[in-house]
Amino acid sequence: MPAPTPAPSTEEIREIVAGQLHLEGPLLPIFHALQETYAHVPEVALPVIADALNITRAEVHGVMSFYHDFREVPSGRHVVKICRAEACQAVGADALAARTLEKLGTQWHGTTANGAVTIEPVYCLGLCACGPAAMVGNKVVGRVDDAKMAKLLAEVGA
Amino acid sequence: MKIYVPLDSAAKALGADEVADAIASEAAARGLDVQTIRNGTRGMIWLEPLVELEQDGVRIGYGPVSAEDVPALLDGKLASLGPVEDIPFLAKQTRLTFARVGVIDPLDLADYQAHGGLTGLRRAIAMTGAEIIKEVTESGLRGRGGAGFPTGIKWNTVLGADADQKYIICNADEGDSGTFADRMVMEGDPFCLIEGMAIAGLGVGATKGYVYLRSEYPDAIAVMQEAVRRARKAGVLGADVLGSGKAFDMEIRVGAGAYVCGEETSLLNSLEGKRGIVRAKPPLPALEGFLGKPTVVNNVLSLATVPVIFEKGAAHYAGFGLGRSKGTMPIQIAGNVKFGWLFETAFGMPLGELVNDVAGGSVSGRPVKAVQVGGPLGAYLSPDQFDTPFGYEEFDKAGGLIGHAGVVIFDETADMLKMARFAMEFCAVESCGKCTPCRIGAVRGVETIDRIAEGDASAIPLLTDLCETMKDGSLCALGGFTPFPVMSALERFPGDFACHKEAAE
Repeated sequence: MPAPTPAPSTEEIREIVAGQLHLEGPLLPIFHALQETYAHVPEVALPVIADALNITRAEVHGVMSFYHDFREVPSGRHVVKICRAEACQAVGADALAARTLEKLGTQWHGTTANGAVTIEPVYCLGLCACGPAAMVGNKVVGRVDDAKMAKLLAEVGA
Repeated sequence: MKIYVPLDSAAKALGADEVADAIASEAAARGLDVQTIRNGTRGMIWLEPLVELEQDGVRIGYGPVSAEDVPALLDGKLASLGPVEDIPFLAKQTRLTFARVGVIDPLDLADYQAHGGLTGLRRAIAMTGAEIIKEVTESGLRGRGGAGFPTGIKWNTVLGADADQKYIICNADEGDSGTFADRMVMEGDPFCLIEGMAIAGLGVGATKGYVYLRSEYPDAIAVMQEAVRRARKAGVLGADVLGSGKAFDMEIRVGAGAYVCGEETSLLNSLEGKRGIVRAKPPLPALEGFLGKPTVVNNVLSLATVPVIFEKGAAHYAGFGLGRSKGTMPIQIAGNVKFGWLFETAFGMPLGELVNDVAGGSVSGRPVKAVQVGGPLGAYLSPDQFDTPFGYEEFDKAGGLIGHAGVVIFDETADMLKMARFAMEFCAVESCGKCTPCRIGAVRGVETIDRIAEGDASAIPLLTDLCETMKDGSLCALGGFTPFPVMSALERFPGDFACHKEAAE
C-alpha cells in the first residue's frame, strides 16, 4: 500500500486513464489503477474519466460509489481486513473483530489515529477451513486469535 | 532433493511462505541441492502447510509444518504422514475436477501436459461446435455456481445465436462463505480453467474470454494472470490455438468487492464498467450478454471440469453421481470443524456422513447445532435432516439448496437469531438496489428481527410475511434467497427466537 502522495496532477491521472482505454469496459480497471497509485480514487479524476469515456461525471461517480473497494479518501498506510462471513463467525470471528476494533478505538472502515491502519470488514476470503481469517494488504492470515492479531497490528504500526 | 510447499492462499495463511523461506536458507547453510516446487493444496487444510519430500519418485507428506520444523525436516527426523497419495482422506475421494490440484506446479505447462492437460483441448479441436456441445450435454454437467443449469443447453443457445462476436465469461466471483473451490483451482491448476474456456470458445464460436475474479483473492489473481501470459506465449491462447487455425484469447478482470456481482447479469454490467445492477431476464445472456453479444457465463468449476470430460469422455463423467446430479462435486467443509477441507466426491452422500465423518464433527468438540449449505443464501439445516443425500433435487425437497457446495458447520454455541439477523444485514449491505423487496426489505428485516430479540412475538408473523415478499418480488437470488437462511433458522431453531430479553447488538 503506497503512502498517500501529494495532490495528484491531472496530467498524471490522464496518463493512467489512457493506459486502460484499449480495454473493453475500461472503467473498473481505471478505478483500480488509480487506487493502486493514490490509495483512493481522487475526486479530480472523475471529470477526466468522464471526458475520456464520453459519459457524465454523475455516471462515473455512480459506478465508483457502487463498489465497496473504491475509496473517496486515502486509506491508512495499511489496510487490515477481517472476515465477517458465516464460516469465520462459526469460529469466533465476531468477538475477535469486536475486541480488535475496541483495542484500536475505531469502527469498521475507520483509520487509527496515527494513520497506520484502516480496518475494513470483508465477506469471505476463501479461507473458510482455517478461520477466523484476515488480510493485511495482500497477505492472508488464517486461524487469527488475539495474540496473532496483536502481532499483525504491531507489524503495521497500529 | 525435490520439496513441495503449497502456494495456495490457505497454506500461505498458515505460514507456507515462511516454511519455504526457511527451507531455502537452511538448505543454503547446509550446501544442499534443494529444488522447491510451489504446488497447489491437496485440500486438507488442517494439515497445511503440508510439505512433501520426493524420495525415489514417491512423495512423502509432512504436516502441519512450521518454519521451526525445517531443520528436523531436512535431517529426516520429522514424523511423516507417509506417502501423500495413501493418506486415507485423499484416497477416498473421486478427484476429477481436482485431479491435478496439489500434484503439479500450477504454472508449469509441461507438468500440466504430463498429467493429462491439453488432451481434452486437442480432442475438441478435431470436433465441430455441435459435436463439442453434444459431448458436454451427454456428460450431464450442470452449472457448478449454484443454479445447476445444464451447461450443454446454455452452450447450445450461444452456438445457435448469430453474431459477429461471442464471449466466454468465467464467473470467478466466489463470494459465498464456506466456499473456496474456485480459488483452489485457480491457484492450483490455472491452465485447467484456461483449457476449459478455450474448449467452450471453440464449441460456441467465441474468440474472447474474461475471468471476472474477485478482488478478495489477490493470490489467485496473480497466478491466473501469469498462467494466461504463459498460455499465450505457448500458443494455447491467441490467434491460432494449438495450431488449429482458430482463435481464442482471454483476460483476467478484477472485481471490486460487490457480492451481487456473482449474479451473472450483474457481473456483465460490472464487466462493462457499469454499476453491478441485476438485469431482468429475458434477454438471456446467452443471446444478449457482454456488450449485448451472445455470451456463455459459467462458474470456474463448470469450466474447469470441461477438460476432463473431453479427456476421458462424456460417458466416463456421467458414470458418477446420483439421478440428475451427474459426476462429482467438490464439497467444501468449513466453519467449526475438526477437518476443514475440500472433498471431491460423487453426488449422493448423506449430509450427516459429511458432517460426522468427512468433517469429523466440530473442532470445539461441542455437539453440532446447525449446518448451512450453499453460502449466505443457503438454508440452515438441523441434525434431524442429516439423512438428506447431497444432490440438487434432494436438497430442494429438504427446503435447502447445495449452491456452490460449501458446508459450514456451527456448534451449539451458535445463536440462530443472530445468524438470521446477519443474513438480513448482509443482504442490506450487498443489495444492488434494483428491487424494492431486497433493498428496503432487508433493512426492515434487520429491524424486525431486533424486535423479536427484544421479546416482541408479534414481529414473527411480520418477518414471515416479509420473507414471502422478498422471495416473490426479487429479480435475483440475493433478495429471493435471503429468506432461506432466515426462515430456516426461525422454523428449525424456534428456541433461539423466544424469550430473548436483551436487544441484539
